[in-house]
Amino acid sequence: MELLVASAIGILTAGGIYLMLRLRTFPVILGISLLTYAVNVFLFASGRLTTAAPPILRDDISLYADPLPQALVLTAIVISFGMTAVVVMIGLGAFLGSDDDHVDDQTALDDDPAEGAS
Amino acid sequence: MSHWIIAPVILPALLAPFIVLAARYHIGIQRAFSVAGVLALVAIAAGLAWQTSDGTILLYQLGDWAAPFGIVLVGDRLSTMMVLLTSVLALFVLLYAIGSGWDDRGRHFHALFQFQLMGILGAFLTGDLFNLFVFFEVLLIASYGLMIHAGGNARLRAGVQYVLFNLIGSTLFLFALGSIYAETGTLNMADLAQRVTLITPEETVGIRVAAVLLLLVFAIKAALVPLHFWLPSSYAEAPAPVAALFAIMTKVGAYAIIRVYTMIFHPDLEVTAGLHDIWLLPAALVSLAIGMTGVLAAKKLDRLVAFSVIGSMGMVMVAISLFTPESIAAALYYIVHSTLAGAALFLISDLVRTGRADLELTPQPAVSGNALTAAMFFVGAIAMAGLPPLSGFLGKLLVLDAGFNSDMMVWIWVVVLGSSLVSIVGFSRAGSILFWKAHSVEPSDETYARPAMLSYAAVGGLVALLIAHTVFAGKVHGYTTTMAAQLFAPEPYISVVVDTEGKLVKPKTEDK
Repeated sequence: MELLVASAIGILTAGGIYLMLRLRTFPVILGISLLTYAVNVFLFASGRLTTAAPPILRDDISLYADPLPQALVLTAIVISFGMTAVVVMIGLGAFLGSDDDHVDDQTALDDDPAEGAS
Repeated sequence: MSHWIIAPVILPALLAPFIVLAARYHIGIQRAFSVAGVLALVAIAAGLAWQTSDGTILLYQLGDWAAPFGIVLVGDRLSTMMVLLTSVLALFVLLYAIGSGWDDRGRHFHALFQFQLMGILGAFLTGDLFNLFVFFEVLLIASYGLMIHAGGNARLRAGVQYVLFNLIGSTLFLFALGSIYAETGTLNMADLAQRVTLITPEETVGIRVAAVLLLLVFAIKAALVPLHFWLPSSYAEAPAPVAALFAIMTKVGAYAIIRVYTMIFHPDLEVTAGLHDIWLLPAALVSLAIGMTGVLAAKKLDRLVAFSVIGSMGMVMVAISLFTPESIAAALYYIVHSTLAGAALFLISDLVRTGRADLELTPQPAVSGNALTAAMFFVGAIAMAGLPPLSGFLGKLLVLDAGFNSDMMVWIWVVVLGSSLVSIVGFSRAGSILFWKAHSVEPSDETYARPAMLSYAAVGGLVALLIAHTVFAGKVHGYTTTMAAQLFAPEPYISVVVDTEGKLVKPKTEDK
């Protein structure tokens, strides 16, 4: 199981980083999503891997699953979900406005009139 | 247990939904509540700073759960000073936003502003690493909204870069927290400080990775080269009052580095040996050099100010990476200075923008309100470049003095002094093009509105604070020295956090 979880994290991270380096909004957002999946599994595994163990103290049970990483993962999932929604909206707005979905600065586009001078 | 310490988090957290829900369409009511809230924050922060100034450590256990299990808020000299600095800065920024009408150019400025304050203040007060992550996210989510306030394509594009970069940073933060938890089984800072010392030198692989990851995350926040690429365009494109408030956000990174790397991974520890002097110091020197070179190279005034923020963060990080009590005291003095100076310069660049067609550094007809704006820019530039008589000079002197006994003394002195010269040239070039060459250009027919009096008052307030920071430099530096002493003797902090009893450890009295 350790090998399976470790390689899953590794593959997700590798795919995420590859996509993040693609310089277009859509692949970058996908890459970040993959990376957050990887980090969620990683956080989950940081409390040690156990199978079929209860997270709550009970009599005559000696093997427990650590409940804290589960709470941390829950927080992390909620936050990353919300962040992804935000970045999709901002990215969409930027793409529709300037008809260009590059993440990096395009030198030709720098001649936009300065705004806020009203 | 006094409840005041959680007020800086609760107050904006309650005020923001109120502004969104009840005062949605009334900019006047929003303004009134926002200003009242920030004024109350300033008062609370001053009270907290006064309480902790004698060295007491305030502890607040949320839900009365004891430290390693529950979340704690901790106030010591450093965190309460940062809270006070943030709320005072927020007051002037808010006044400027109201005076210049920026808050009315899009929706929900005041609500997002309050959420942003909640995140920043929470990050300063928390005593738990995961909670620090959560507050980072709160301040980031609010900053995403503020960053693209008032819209526009250039701003949205810069916003995408900013959000993506910070999302990657947040993911890294989670990786760091996961490895710390896997290695030590706790995320409470005080508890962590005790447990990290128990790790033997042979078993430090995991915790070393965690310490470096955590440093990377904070370096992204502090815009340390080579992790600074998000800063110039996002700060330049953000609305000016937002950029001025963001001046404190880079300091959140610096604060986190000071807190975590004096208490948990302090320099004497086997685990993190070499991290500060081999990696952090050169990176800080390069940031200082690149930032100040950017000041000289910038073609637009807002970029120039953004690069000067990178440079001043480099200066702060040079002082921090020396990790002696003197250097931390110097860094804290410089943090206050650079926050005020950076914010003032962003606001001044907006004053300039109000009076001319754009912010390109080319000769154009004189801006309306030229003399006063030019005088403000002059003072701000002197402060940022570190010329006497303002506090930038004193801060630089303290940093140089702290670096005098270091092995890297030659490098520190050469880079600090050289970059100062470059930035002086850069600022004087910008100032003379903007304000003096304007007189040689024919006045155009276009007329621009004069900035409102309240805008000038807000910038004037920041400049007055800078002058006060210079006049009372002895007192302030004395206070930062006691702060550094407290940071380098973290035992009282740890014992207060770990040993205070909460709900969990009380003996059961109801048993027969």
